[in-house]
Amino acid sequence: MNIIKNRYLYFFISLLIILPGLVFMGLNWAKTKEGPLPLAIDFRGGSLLELQFAGERPTQEKISSLYQEFSTEQEDLNAPIIQPLDQDAYSIRSKAMSDETKGKLIAEMEARFGAKITVLNFTSVSPAIGAEATNAAGFAVLMAATAILLYVWYAFRNVKHAYRYGAAAIIAMLHDVLVVLGAEAMFGYFLGWEADALFLTALLTVIGFSVHDSIVVFDRVRENSTVLRRVPYETMVNHSIIQTLDRSINTQLTVMLTLLALALFGGESTRHFVIVLLVGIFSGTYSSIFNAAPILVVWENEEWKTWFKRNPAEAA
Amino acid sequence: MRNKNTWLILIGLLIAFSLWVDLSKYLKLPNPLNSAEYLIDRNVDTRLGLDLRGGLQALLEADVPADTPIAAEDLANAKSILENRANALGVSEVVMQVAGDRRIVAEFPGISNPEEVVAALKQTALLEFVDMGATPLPEGSVIQTDFGVENAPATTESGETIYHTVMTGAGLKTAAVQRGQLANDYLISFELKPDTTTLFGEYTSTHIGQYLAIVLDKRVISAPVIQSAITDGAGQISGNFTQDAAQTLAVQLRSGALPIPIKVVESRTVGPTLGEESLRKSVTAGLIGLAVIILFMALYYRLPGIVADLALICYALFSLMLFKMIPVVLTLPGIAGFILSVGMAVDANVLIFERLKEELRGGRNLRQAIDLAWSRAWPSIRDSNISTLITSFILFVFGSSFGASIVKGFSVTLALGVLVSMFTAITVTRTFLHTLLDGVKLNDHPRWFGL
Repeated sequence: MNIIKNRYLYFFISLLIILPGLVFMGLNWAKTKEGPLPLAIDFRGGSLLELQFAGERPTQEKISSLYQEFSTEQEDLNAPIIQPLDQDAYSIRSKAMSDETKGKLIAEMEARFGAKITVLNFTSVSPAIGAEATNAAGFAVLMAATAILLYVWYAFRNVKHAYRYGAAAIIAMLHDVLVVLGAEAMFGYFLGWEADALFLTALLTVIGFSVHDSIVVFDRVRENSTVLRRVPYETMVNHSIIQTLDRSINTQLTVMLTLLALALFGGESTRHFVIVLLVGIFSGTYSSIFNAAPILVVWENEEWKTWFKRNPAEAA
Repeated sequence: MRNKNTWLILIGLLIAFSLWVDLSKYLKLPNPLNSAEYLIDRNVDTRLGLDLRGGLQALLEADVPADTPIAAEDLANAKSILENRANALGVSEVVMQVAGDRRIVAEFPGISNPEEVVAALKQTALLEFVDMGATPLPEGSVIQTDFGVENAPATTESGETIYHTVMTGAGLKTAAVQRGQLANDYLISFELKPDTTTLFGEYTSTHIGQYLAIVLDKRVISAPVIQSAITDGAGQISGNFTQDAAQTLAVQLRSGALPIPIKVVESRTVGPTLGEESLRKSVTAGLIGLAVIILFMALYYRLPGIVADLALICYALFSLMLFKMIPVVLTLPGIAGFILSVGMAVDANVLIFERLKEELRGGRNLRQAIDLAWSRAWPSIRDSNISTLITSFILFVFGSSFGASIVKGFSVTLALGVLVSMFTAITVTRTFLHTLLDGVKLNDHPRWFGL
């Protein structure tokens, strides 16, 4: 099995997976005019109220007009987005709402619709906090990438061109970040899923896992580069990938099995999170085998010098 | 691995201790030498986060323009005042933490009236000096006062005494801690504003020997006796205070009202039913995931796989023990982080077993192969896990500054899981393998190893 020989095929496959994601990010942006991903109130600010009605559930119009009545100049509650939950509950989204207003609103609903109401879930985030959280999230991702780059550089300091390992791990990681963002863009476009704090958690976990996988392959390259001195670089890297292949696949299998159990049997509230993790971890294994180590070879051969030239050997 | 037996005993003890912690809600170990003392005496009940048991989480922010700096002391004082208020409301297990330099995260597990709690937090505190006559009430008593009430009756309709408020905290200029004459005795000295000095002087000169209670939000903080008339507007409160108690009281006297105005910028309420259901489902999912992994490892890696399964069960026991001892508050993502780390825990074993197979194929005998597999797999286990620890740490920092306790819970369990999994991989799996296999000849049973 020669993975290195077909490296450009595997890079192409990665591109094929990433491109549609980018397209959907663009579509989301065109649709909402806000950004590439539909953001949850954690990042955008606003309120989410999930109510369960004992007895008859009022119509969405009635709730909408009640929200309108409670709307004031300070607290704009006009045009809430109402979605049914199961048979007896609604999830209602609006701009940020104080606990006092929520209390009054529910009391009014109980009086007007004559149904006992249980608050399943209420979240309200002010827009300023949301914006700040978004910035901090971007910063967290950058910090994680930098810290990992520095660590990998340090861990491979005894190998020639140690920084290449760090950089290759980061490129593979960016690949996984793009795959996850692209998948999220599609979930958002088709299913209306919103990126929340848990999505960020999943993304950062994928970053950790992606690098984790790349390092295992690199570790073999590190070891083999001292043992197999006479072997050509490409063969040595390919050999390292093959040697760690069983491990890569088995580890991925065990992690994906646990995640699958969570997705199938875990609660509704973590499903989005778990599915994002599934996508990211699959991508992480792919990128560590088919991107990270092959990038080392591309770099060693400085192949970009011939990318834009006619190469008689390749043309033939 | 020379001290195999020592390791076996250590692991055995650790398993026994973990089982003990995992299966109990409260740990009590009497001291055999002194029956009145306990060597261990602590609550190890599983702590559930708000998303699993229901409750309110509010992120409070100083309500001042964003570029105004806020003294760390003010924020800490505001926190302790808010804590007192919440406790006065009778809400138990309140957790308040300063987050960043202008926010406080407040968590109220299991409450059903979030609106009232939030309203109470936002009110301004009221400090009163109350006339108690000759019979002081103990600290912590909740009383009725006539402050702000015109022509108050002597008792409420239900018969409670209504006490007279001499003055409020608004009359204080400063309050500071002073050392008393004895060691470890502290007093609080205070100074009054000019207009209250006269009033206070008149009152104290006619009430010497009686008790003047200091009452915060209708709760008695202390009830010192008036020892002499205070006419110069400066006085002392003595009451056998420790340094900490005196410090707290001085803070409360200075700032009975919050030192900084507070607003609610984020509020999350989870109903208890949703939490219960999520918990049940997550635990089921975790058990199914664990069972599938155990099966997979045993089928694929045969004998070493079964040893890894034993190590995995140890891993689960140890982690749960740590969660309960530290204690880690379990949230839904926290449980997901734990389940994910089970998958990662297997990774260390997988790395080692793949190496073991290679070394065995290379013709080593079992004992050598096991040791070699360990030493060769270790750098990749170490380096890969450190990268996961780095991201957990960054997640933790992010979670702490935003009160996003869900993110924090996930990062803590993931990091703990990674650390424990490294520990079990290098100690438990290795010891077990040596114990079981050192006497076995590989050539007799190659199938045991999937060769």
